[in-house]
Amino acid sequence: MKPLSSRPDLSRRRFVQGVALGSVAAGAGLLRPTGAWALNSPGQPVVLSGTDFTLDIVERSVNFTGAARPAITVNGGVPGPLLRMREGSTVSLRVSNRLRVPTSIHWHGIVLPFRMDGVPGLSFDGIAPGESFLYRFQLRQSGTYWYHSHSGFQEQNALYGPLVIEPAGPERHPTDRDYVVMLNDWTDEDPARIYARLRKQSDYYNFAQPTAADFFRDVREKGLSRALSMRRMWNEMRMNPTDLGDVSSYTYTYLMNGAAPAQNWTGLFRPGEKLRLRFINGSASTFFDVRIPGLKMTVIAADGQDVEPVPVDEFRIAVAETYDVIVEPQEERAYTVFAQSIDRGGYARGTLAPRVGMTAEVPPLDQRVWLDMRDMMGAMPHAGNGGGHAARPGMGHGGMGHGSMDHAGMDHGSMAAAPAVHHARSEYGPGVDMRVDTPRSNLDDPGIGLRDNGRRVLTYADLHTVGGPLDAREPGREIELHLTGNMERFMWSFDGIRYPDATPIHFNTGERLRIVLVNDTMMNHPIHLHGMWSELENPDGRFQVRKHTVNVQPAQRISYAVTADAPGRWAWHCHLLYHMEAGMMREVVVS
Amino acid sequence: MTIHRREHWLIPSRSAWLLALLLLLALPPAVEAQSAPAASSSTAPMAMPAMPGMDHGEMPGMDHPAAPIAPTAPDMPAMEPPPTPGMPMAPMQGGRPPADARSGDYSDGIAASPMHAHGRTSSGLLRIDQLEAFHGDEGNGQRWEIRGWYGNDSDKLWLRSEGVRSGGKLEDGELELLWNHATSSYWSRQLGVRHDIGKGPARSWIAVGVQGLAPYWFELEASGYAGAGGRTAARLRVDYELLLTQRLVLQPELEVNLYGRRDPQRRLGEGVSDIQFGLRLRYEIRREFAPYLGVNWTRRVGATADYARHDQRAVREWQWLAGVRFWF
Repeated sequence: MKPLSSRPDLSRRRFVQGVALGSVAAGAGLLRPTGAWALNSPGQPVVLSGTDFTLDIVERSVNFTGAARPAITVNGGVPGPLLRMREGSTVSLRVSNRLRVPTSIHWHGIVLPFRMDGVPGLSFDGIAPGESFLYRFQLRQSGTYWYHSHSGFQEQNALYGPLVIEPAGPERHPTDRDYVVMLNDWTDEDPARIYARLRKQSDYYNFAQPTAADFFRDVREKGLSRALSMRRMWNEMRMNPTDLGDVSSYTYTYLMNGAAPAQNWTGLFRPGEKLRLRFINGSASTFFDVRIPGLKMTVIAADGQDVEPVPVDEFRIAVAETYDVIVEPQEERAYTVFAQSIDRGGYARGTLAPRVGMTAEVPPLDQRVWLDMRDMMGAMPHAGNGGGHAARPGMGHGGMGHGSMDHAGMDHGSMAAAPAVHHARSEYGPGVDMRVDTPRSNLDDPGIGLRDNGRRVLTYADLHTVGGPLDAREPGREIELHLTGNMERFMWSFDGIRYPDATPIHFNTGERLRIVLVNDTMMNHPIHLHGMWSELENPDGRFQVRKHTVNVQPAQRISYAVTADAPGRWAWHCHLLYHMEAGMMREVVVS
Repeated sequence: MTIHRREHWLIPSRSAWLLALLLLLALPPAVEAQSAPAASSSTAPMAMPAMPGMDHGEMPGMDHPAAPIAPTAPDMPAMEPPPTPGMPMAPMQGGRPPADARSGDYSDGIAASPMHAHGRTSSGLLRIDQLEAFHGDEGNGQRWEIRGWYGNDSDKLWLRSEGVRSGGKLEDGELELLWNHATSSYWSRQLGVRHDIGKGPARSWIAVGVQGLAPYWFELEASGYAGAGGRTAARLRVDYELLLTQRLVLQPELEVNLYGRRDPQRRLGEGVSDIQFGLRLRYEIRREFAPYLGVNWTRRVGATADYARHDQRAVREWQWLAGVRFWF
C-alpha cells in the first residue's frame, strides 16, 4: 500500500460533513417477507448470503472528503459486504489477499475454533500477499456481528464489514424491514502516522482543551474560587478533563454505512412498519451516542444476543459493540439517525424516510462535558454519605465538570459498597499515571456526557440477556486485571505491562471463572475477549448480560464470568485500535 | 591530559554541587516526597483517595544511588503531607507497590505463542522549539532551541541544543546528548554529555539531570554538569503552555544557569551566571507548525555581570523576537 499523505487543506465544514457524491445514498431496506437481501443501491451494503463466501482484500480509492485516498476493503466496499449466514450452518470463507502487505480477517464475536479466529500471531500467521486462507466454522449463534482486519492499522483503513446470522428458528421480533447501520471513523491520514503523532503529543487531536478563555468565562459565571477549584485536581494530577477520545474530528469523518453526513444514508420505510436497525460500531477509536429524534428505540439485542426489550431515547455504542433496536415510525416524515461522537466533535448521520431525498433536521451537537469526579475517583466518598468527611477543599463539591457534578445521579448504594481493589505490583511504574482505589461498580451510569441529559439513555443495568447465562456454575476463581495507561506518554497496558512484555493468561479448559476489570484510567475502554462470551455481572455478582465487548467506564470496576470452553490461544484487548497497538492486550491460553 | 587531571575533573567542586542541590530542592517536584508503600494492596471500602495535590508519588532523581545531583537521603519526611487521622490513604499516582501487591502474572508458567511478537517499537521526535530572530539593546541576532528523542517508552536517546548568534558570529552554543530513562509516570532521569561552543574555548561536560512534568503542567528540566578542571555547572529550565485558545499558546519560559567556578575565557563567573525569561505567543497553524512573536529578558548576575560590565556589554537586556516552532 502506498503511503498516505496528510490531508489537504479543506474547509472544515466540508471536511466534517464529507462530500455528497451525486445522488443521495439510499436503500429500500430488506423486506423480510420476500427475503430479498441483495440490494445494490448506493449506500446499502452489497449482501452476500449462503454458506460459501469469496472475499478479496483489495486496495481501492475512496473519496469522503474531497480527496481521493486509498482504502483497504473487502471486495471493494466501504464497509465490506454484508455477510448473511444462518445459525447452525457451516460456512466457508475464502479470503484472498490482493495487497502488498499481510492481512487477516477476524470474525468479531463469533464463537469458533481458535485457528479460524483470524488474529495473526495467535490464530495463524496471517494471510501473506497473494495468498488466500480458507476460514471454515460452524455457526452456533445468531444475531448482529461484524468482521475486521486484525493486522496493523488496516481496520482504520476501512477493512471491516457487517455480519448477520439469522436464527435457526423464527425471529423473536419479526420486523418489516431490516437495516444494518454501521458506524465508522474514516481518516484521510495514514493511521500509522496518527499513532506516531499520538506518541509525540498525546493531545494532538484534542481541540477542546481547557483554555484561558474558558477560565475567565467560568470566573465570570461561577466566581473565582469555583473556577479555580474545578481545575485544581486536574492540574495537580496533570490530567485533562476533556480527554474523551484520542483521535477527533480534526482528522475523522464519521460514516454511516459508508456514507459521510452530507451523503446522508437513507433507509426507507412506510408509516406503521416495524424496522430493525442493527447498529454496529466498527470504528477504530470513536464512541458514538445514537438517537433518532422523534422515535423511541426498543433495544432487543446487544452484541448479537437477544435481551429483554428496553425502550430508550438514546444509547452509547462503544467501539466494537452492536445493538439491535426496533423503531416504528408512524408518520409520513423523515427522521434523522444521529450518532454524535463522545467528544462532541462530529457525528455520523443518516435518515429514515418514506421517500428518497427527504431529510429531517439534524440536531446540534450536545455541549461537551468535562469528565468529573466519578470519572477520576469512582465511588468517591463525599460529604453526607456517611464517610464522616466534609467536602475537601479543592474537590469543590460540584465544582468539577462544568457543573455536571450531580450527586443525585450517583448510585449511593453501590458507592457505599465500593469493593476492594488489588493493584498489581507492576502498576507503580512509568506506564501508569493513576490508580483508582475506590472504583464505582454500578452499571446504571450512562457515562460522561449522557448523565441527566433529559433523555432516557440505555445503560448496562438495563440489559438482561434472554434466557440467562450459558453456564449456571458459580465462577471457581477470579482473575483481576487493571486497565492502565499514561496519557501523557501515550502508553496503554493491562496491569502496567504492555502486551509484548506480558505473559499469557491461562484459563483451564472447562472452568468457569470470573474476570474483574478495574479501570485505572480516565478513558473508556471497550474490552474484547475473543473466542468466549463475557457474561457481565451486576454489582452483586449476578448475571446481567452476555457480551463480546464490555466497555469499562473511567474509574469503574466490572466483573464478568467466562466459561473456558474454547481451547487455544486467544486475544483479549482494548478495542480502541491505538490502545491495542500501544500494548493494551493479552494473550489468553485455554488449556 | 595527566591522570591527575582526569581524576580531578571527576570530582566536582563542592560549591557547585551545593548550588545544584539547592536548585533541585527549590523545584516543585521535590515537594513530591516519596511516599511510604501503602499499608496493603487492597484498600478498604470507603478509603479516602489521596488528594493528588499532595502527590506523594514521585521524586525524580531522588531515589537512585546513581543520581549524583541529589546526594541527600531519598526520604524527605518533612515534606510528606500530613496524614488524615484514622484514614488509610493511598496515592492515586506514583508511589511504590505495597509488599502484598498483586502479581500480574496469570500464566501458570505457560509460554506465549511462538508467534508472539516481542520487543518494543521505537519512535522519534525532532522539535525545533525556537528558531528565531531577535532585536535587542545589543543589536540583532538569532537563537535556536532544539529538542529531539528517539527510542521506546522506557529508554530514549535525547538531544538538546540551544545557542545564540549575534553580529553574525556564534556567541554561545551547546549540544547535549543524553540517555533518558523513564523513572515514574511523569519523570525521567538523564545521563549524558554536553558540549559548549561559541566564544572562548569549547567545553565538554558530563551531564546528569531530571526532566518531567510537574503538577500544574510545568515542564521542568534540571541538570548538573561536571567538566574538566573541576568545572561544574547546573541549569534549571521551567516552561509552561497557556492555551489562550485551542491554537493560540502563550509560553513563558525561565532558565537559570549556575557555574561552580569562574571561566574567564568564556566570561562566566562563579555562582548564578544568568537568568533568562522568555515569553512567546505562538499560533499553531498545525500542531507541527507555529510561528510566534515574543520577548526575551536576560539578566547577567554576579561575577558574570562584572565580566559583562568590563566588556562594556549589557547586564540586562530586552529582546523582541519572532520565530517559528516546528516538529516532525
